[in-house]
Amino acid sequence: MNTTAQVLEKNKERILEKWMQNQLSDASLRDDLMTSDELQRQSKEMLDGLLRAVSKGNHDNIYDTEFEQVTDTLRDISITRARQGFSPRETGTYVLSLKQALIEVLVEQRQDDTSTLYMEIMQLNTLLDNLSIVTFETFIKGREEVILRQTDEISEISTPVIRVWDGILALPIIGTLDSARTQIVMENLLQEIVNTGSNIAILDISGVPAVDSLVAQHLIKTVSATRLMGAECIISGIRAEIAQTIVHLGIDLSNIKTKASLASALQLAFSMTNLEVRRNDKNKGLNIMR
Amino acid sequence: MEIVREQDVVPFRNRVREFSTRIGMSLVNQTKLITAASELVRNMLKYASGGKVILEIISHNAKTGVRLTFKDEGPGIADIALAMRDGFSTGRSLGLGLPGAKRLVNEFDLKSNPGEGTTVTVIHWKHGR
Repeated sequence: MNTTAQVLEKNKERILEKWMQNQLSDASLRDDLMTSDELQRQSKEMLDGLLRAVSKGNHDNIYDTEFEQVTDTLRDISITRARQGFSPRETGTYVLSLKQALIEVLVEQRQDDTSTLYMEIMQLNTLLDNLSIVTFETFIKGREEVILRQTDEISEISTPVIRVWDGILALPIIGTLDSARTQIVMENLLQEIVNTGSNIAILDISGVPAVDSLVAQHLIKTVSATRLMGAECIISGIRAEIAQTIVHLGIDLSNIKTKASLASALQLAFSMTNLEVRRNDKNKGLNIMR
Repeated sequence: MEIVREQDVVPFRNRVREFSTRIGMSLVNQTKLITAASELVRNMLKYASGGKVILEIISHNAKTGVRLTFKDEGPGIADIALAMRDGFSTGRSLGLGLPGAKRLVNEFDLKSNPGEGTTVTVIHWKHGR
């Protein structure tokens, strides 16, 4: 009587073949992301490791040392697939189609002994279910890494400080202002005030969807910090509905210069620095005089 | 809707916006309701570290509106009259959240017992009255 491991080892080629067939026949397989040669190589490595582990008599505990190689390979595959943009379905199919191949082969080999077959299939089921859980854990971790990186990138690019004129900075704020972002905004703004020697900063909140008392508090803090640096702050982009809510909330912004649009804020900034913008009559172009 | 982290605030506000757009609320009234909701949900996060919000569309006497019920199991509010006063805050903020939210919506109801949590119900009608 052959043990499960021996039966599987003997039929390794057939299992691999069936497995590959299962994978390739799946309509959702993306051959643009991975060549079938690469898939074959990956699958063979994985199967080798799995059979080696099973031959040591371990059928259920995938956290034992025998399975280390298998889970490592699997994690590797899942994480690369997550990064390459495979869908969860494709990644899951990879392991689950192996289960199918293994069971098919076992059924062929054990036609006369159904009770052993039953036991073996049960064991393999548990084992491969555990392996697919590993796949999913890793796949999701891979995706989460991507999300984390994007979050970092967003917070980095979302707070640009633009020098619109000599001594005038503009800072368009887009999205919700929470404490962490206010910190970044304030730091960037204050640093840029030092770097450029500007004395007027325009905070544009057209891109902030809702101004509640927390956002207002953060704005007031930013304005006071700017004032401490000797620069004046103008808040622009206050929409009609936001103006109403601010009044109803009872937030006092009366000692801060506010404007409805960035254009009027810039105009105010020009007049504060005694700059004049006027049309040049000679060539009808815009000419800015100092 | 469960609110447990600061990241839940933005999706929650979008849900409120969705509800108020569905009954055809004007932009100003939408913004008022969303801001009030935002205040209350931030309070819930800050003082009770999270809670639940129920969003409903209600009609009453040919008026339609959105009702939001904020329920938490936090420490509760000891002196409601004091908490409703402008500028009072135990948490180093502007102290405008509760009184401001009350001014922004049509109906405002606050129930709280120290140690048992707080329930705030607000209703804002489609036409703002």
